[in-house]
Amino acid sequence: MTSISTLRIATAGSVDDGKSTLIGRLLHDTKTVFEDQLVALDKASRRYGDGERNLALLTDGLRAEREQGITIDVAHRYFATPRRSFIVADTPGHAQYTRNMVTGASTADVAIVLVDARHGVLEQTRRHAFIASLLGVKAIALAVNKMDLIEWDEGEFDLVVKDLAAYVEALPTPVPLVAFPISALHGDNVVTVSARSPWYEGTSLLEWLETFDASTVATVAPRLDVQRVIRPQGSDFRGFAGRLSGGSLSVGDRITVLPSGRASTVSAIQRFGRDIPVASAGQAIAVTLTDDIDVSRGDVLVAGVEASTEVVSGHVCWMIDQPLREGSRYWFKHGTRVGRAVIDAVEYRHDLHTLEPVTADHIGLNDLAMVRLTLSEPIVASPYETSHEGGRLILVDEATNTTAGAMMITVAA
Amino acid sequence: MNATASPHLESLADEAVTIIREVATECENPVLLFSGGKDSAVLLHLAVLAFAPARLPFPVMHVDTGHNFPEVIEYRDRFVERVGARLVVASVQTSIDTGRVVEDPGPRASRNRLQSVTLLDAITEHGFDAAFGGGRRDEDKARAKERILSFRDSHGRWDPRNQRPEPWDVLNARIRKGEQLRAFPLSNWTELDIWQFIAAEQIPLPSIYYSHQREVVLRDGMLLAVGGPVALESGEQSSIETVRYRTVGDASCTGAVRSTAATIDEVIVEVAAARITERGATRADDTFSESAMEDRKREGYF
Repeated sequence: MTSISTLRIATAGSVDDGKSTLIGRLLHDTKTVFEDQLVALDKASRRYGDGERNLALLTDGLRAEREQGITIDVAHRYFATPRRSFIVADTPGHAQYTRNMVTGASTADVAIVLVDARHGVLEQTRRHAFIASLLGVKAIALAVNKMDLIEWDEGEFDLVVKDLAAYVEALPTPVPLVAFPISALHGDNVVTVSARSPWYEGTSLLEWLETFDASTVATVAPRLDVQRVIRPQGSDFRGFAGRLSGGSLSVGDRITVLPSGRASTVSAIQRFGRDIPVASAGQAIAVTLTDDIDVSRGDVLVAGVEASTEVVSGHVCWMIDQPLREGSRYWFKHGTRVGRAVIDAVEYRHDLHTLEPVTADHIGLNDLAMVRLTLSEPIVASPYETSHEGGRLILVDEATNTTAGAMMITVAA
Repeated sequence: MNATASPHLESLADEAVTIIREVATECENPVLLFSGGKDSAVLLHLAVLAFAPARLPFPVMHVDTGHNFPEVIEYRDRFVERVGARLVVASVQTSIDTGRVVEDPGPRASRNRLQSVTLLDAITEHGFDAAFGGGRRDEDKARAKERILSFRDSHGRWDPRNQRPEPWDVLNARIRKGEQLRAFPLSNWTELDIWQFIAAEQIPLPSIYYSHQREVVLRDGMLLAVGGPVALESGEQSSIETVRYRTVGDASCTGAVRSTAATIDEVIVEVAAARITERGATRADDTFSESAMEDRKREGYF
């Protein structure tokens, strides 16, 4: 078993830039594709194309996707090399399906942004790079694809890299960027370094993914968003269940329950039904306290100094047709707290091209904007950049119950 | 967790436990679908751990096609009793007897498709608003597209072209009356992850997952067990083979694989080296057409 952590990857970029083909190539060249899948792939390639093995069909699994030759929704695929396990979200390039790209990229450590070398950086490339940076990926791997179609021209490659690097640097939340000249179709520089690009001195894309350090140093105090109170019948056990985030939590630590502000001490921690002395971030635990104080679902146990708030501002990705307007009302969910939210203000909309703030009183499908909300219940919020768990919130449409917006909190007032 | 569980497995288990707790708490009347197969065994095991030391706060439901392997039914009853869960059995045979579904004619008819009707009827009858399933995204290309929390309309249908966004693990379980959710806590597990976890946690499984001698017939590339729903047709010859099952489903359409793997460790070695997917090797129903799984899911299948 590998000891290095699993890496979560999302693809991004415009339509037809080769995202699904690249993932198909990675799966194929790491021997992750099984014999019966290859037989089915070749059969589908004949049915939907000219018979050439179409690696994109490994992830474009829906009938509508195969008929149209596009990706509609995220496909999750899994592969492992001797060095590392990977979880891959192959996301759609069409602007219409941006909500599905948000879904796929929200849990990613790394975004692979593909660009067709012939077309350069497009609007959708910018949108995806912007969203990936807001969602807090730790790096963008720019894969300049179809290099074979421009004769592996180093100058053209450099122009594309410069273009996107300048854009990413100017984003509200800049991200490190590393670039690879590739051909997903032929496999150059994907798993092994290609002889066709002698001027390229870096590693293959896969080798970079295998060695990328996605670990984060915990800079925030531990928090436990309480999912449920576990109370066995006929026992005075009261365990507060949730997934720990931030730093680690030990038996004997002092904690504060928010929003009530009551304090207590951790008397025991269970994970998978067994007692453990220390829990670390990401673990699903149940905590018992030395004092019999009021704690219920939606409350947050914190070990540091935190406060609760009912007003937050942040970047919103809007994912439904009905516009978000000042004064609109939604359900919100933050951690395990559910309540109502009203839009106080659309501070501005992000112009994807100029990156300038644009005045607006509403935003539409696929827009990115800075929005301020007032909530019916106080939440323990922190900036998303400091703590993903404390800084993310979803807005839910009251009429349809669909998830309408994803918010990355910047200011908890 | 046992010392042999890797950090990768532990984080998958943390994710699953978190999903189970969240859906169980947000929904009013959830149920856990339990087939007696390895994935649902892992799912039930994790669900029990998620609420320990309290009892499992929801029932377990088996959709019984009437064509199950006897070893699996016996295992189901033993496992459910051991964890102290309440078992609901939804019977395809009852759906046939009451005229809710009509069985395909012919000796080779499979009851697999009929399960969707029985499942949806049972969900309505018991008023379940969410059903946990052991489905994994690596099983099939349609499953690879599905959300962790999958919305189903009032007819139980999945609309793959219009799924709810699902940013992060902030799960939106809000539905209207009559609509349902399916929750897949093992979405990100692979077949090998499942086996390594079974080994680490020493989870019991039906005996047919391990190598044994069985009378089988080779039909459409599948080794089907002779007996029960499968009768020899003229011209067919059975043989005694050393086999095991990689998946456990309806005996009429679940094939065995030739194998001498008699222990968990031997199975893990075999699975790690496999060059054919578990469904491709063992499920006649999924190789039926290119989009078989997608079509069944649209109709309300797990």
